[in-house]
Amino acid sequence: MPETRVLLEHAEDPALRTIDGYKGYGGYATLEKAYRELEANEILKELEDSGLRGRGGAGFSMGKKASFLPRGEMAKYLCCNADESEPGAFKDRELMQRNPHQLIEGIAIAAIAADAGHAFIFIRGEYDSQADILDAAVAEAYEAGYLGKDILGSRRDLELIVHRGAGAYICGEETALLDALEGKRGNPRLKPPFPAVQGLYGGPTLINNVETLSNVPRIVAHGAEWFKGFGTEQSPGTKVVSVSGGVRRPGNYEVELGIPTRELIYDLAGGPLEGREVKALYPGGSSSPVLTAEEGLDLPYSFEAMAEAGSMLGSGSIIVADDTVSIPHMALRTARFYHHESCGKCTPCREGTNWTVKMLERVVRGEATPMDLDIISSVQENIMGHCLCVLGDSMAMPVSAMVRKFRPEFERVMDEAGQRISVVQAPAEVLGAAT
Amino acid sequence: MSPVDGPGIVNPNLPTDRAVSEGRVPERSPEAIPELHEVDCPAELRERIETLIGRYPDKHSVSIPALWAVQRLYGWCTPEGIRQAAAVMQVTPAYLESVASFYDLLHTEPVGSHKVAVCTNISCWMRGGDELLDAFRAAAEGREDLFVTGFECLGACDIAPMASIDERYFGPLENAEAATAIDQLLAGEDVLPDKGLEKRPLAGDARA
Repeated sequence: MPETRVLLEHAEDPALRTIDGYKGYGGYATLEKAYRELEANEILKELEDSGLRGRGGAGFSMGKKASFLPRGEMAKYLCCNADESEPGAFKDRELMQRNPHQLIEGIAIAAIAADAGHAFIFIRGEYDSQADILDAAVAEAYEAGYLGKDILGSRRDLELIVHRGAGAYICGEETALLDALEGKRGNPRLKPPFPAVQGLYGGPTLINNVETLSNVPRIVAHGAEWFKGFGTEQSPGTKVVSVSGGVRRPGNYEVELGIPTRELIYDLAGGPLEGREVKALYPGGSSSPVLTAEEGLDLPYSFEAMAEAGSMLGSGSIIVADDTVSIPHMALRTARFYHHESCGKCTPCREGTNWTVKMLERVVRGEATPMDLDIISSVQENIMGHCLCVLGDSMAMPVSAMVRKFRPEFERVMDEAGQRISVVQAPAEVLGAAT
Repeated sequence: MSPVDGPGIVNPNLPTDRAVSEGRVPERSPEAIPELHEVDCPAELRERIETLIGRYPDKHSVSIPALWAVQRLYGWCTPEGIRQAAAVMQVTPAYLESVASFYDLLHTEPVGSHKVAVCTNISCWMRGGDELLDAFRAAAEGREDLFVTGFECLGACDIAPMASIDERYFGPLENAEAATAIDQLLAGEDVLPDKGLEKRPLAGDARA
């Protein structure tokens, strides 16, 4: 099964990073056409008809989101979410690094549709080299007249700023991103109002992921029908999938949505390492409920199939756990991440992530009882849906799935660690205290 | 009635704490916005922040980029640097400090001028990220000017286990390469020239 390279087409060519290289492959022709011939409504309709679903995690229709923006004279904004920080996800990094102009063209076209005069690329601070590449590409685009004032004689303006974050997973959440962009601590906001109505600086704001916006130039160039020729009915298009963990060739592979997950893991990423087997996988980044190998491998890789199986496609990042991985330790590693990244605004998330880590540490140290597993599960239930944003849910979903599906392994790890304690520590601590 | 219900209940057996009974009196108002002439702001920092302010619709948006500029200049977000940026932006230093303390990459304490962040998240952990962090820590032992830290997912699971060395990505790394990388870094040489992320082909092309 070969890749279907659309977004990553010509990505092997380093010249693609420069505006001349990009134009050599037909780049910016769609933007020129959009400015000269197309109305905002036509672009919007094409995006809606294409069925393009957001590639950042939630999978919401991009065209629909853009159509929620009110019309009128007020200042509107477009934000590209390049804060890719989900463990397992590294596709936006590849897209920005190899083809920055595709993203800039997508932003410029989407800005026409959304009638936005200011656009921002909010890129995570760790992606310093990619931000440098974007800075250079944006400067080239200004120079060529694709950004700035009165673009191509259209009387439209678009200012584009590459804004570097400073290290906070929460800023990938769209309202926290807006707060960070407004120069505050990155805390999420209460929704509604949704950003499309009241976002950056209180104005209507369209927020889309890097990969979503990178799809825009080709959809507008070739039409919605062409785009729907890829993928499945409910998940049209191609997807850059990050495959990592226990596979031989971890990396980004662009495939049509709906191909069997097994092909992604075995044919493209080379399958598990020598002598190992796939035990479990996160199908859509660390926030997605973990699937066992039996559940996950034969599912089509699409939004609907993953949702039906009780998980999610999320950002499109598969982390493979092979049979050497201890699931309780993986759960602890996952919980620690969310505990560290919780912004602390909502109690269920702040305290829930904290206690989940403490309880999972007791599990792997052998100090827990089977009842603790039930408490862990109930803590997860009490986080879900009770916070301003889904960061807490993003821990609750994979952790509760692991406890449910691998309960015997949790109990075994608990027992084995408990026996080690009784052998090693009992004489010194327990007996010593008794006498 | 509990003590928080209001004044009036004073236990005569306790020593008087003036800070409690009269309120703390800070030396200067934390809300005061410093004036430019009160801080010795280097011209380049001032120009950088003023340019940034001109680009954004609202000056507050400049806070993170301004703190980056402070950190680039001083190595970390020094209280003095924060005051200088606050004076240029005309916001309180407390405001900028609240922003700086939220983000992992902005340091509010001194760190070495070379920064190594080793990813220990799920994919790197599976591939030996913890051991790599130990190797970097051991190699950095007793060497000055180095800041080695474990870090959450850096978005490079394809090159696990990996590290970000002075903001550039390297991987997949062997534990033994930690010492080599640190030697090269401190000697001012190119760090692990074969392991840089930028030079890697697309995963699908690498096997062809």
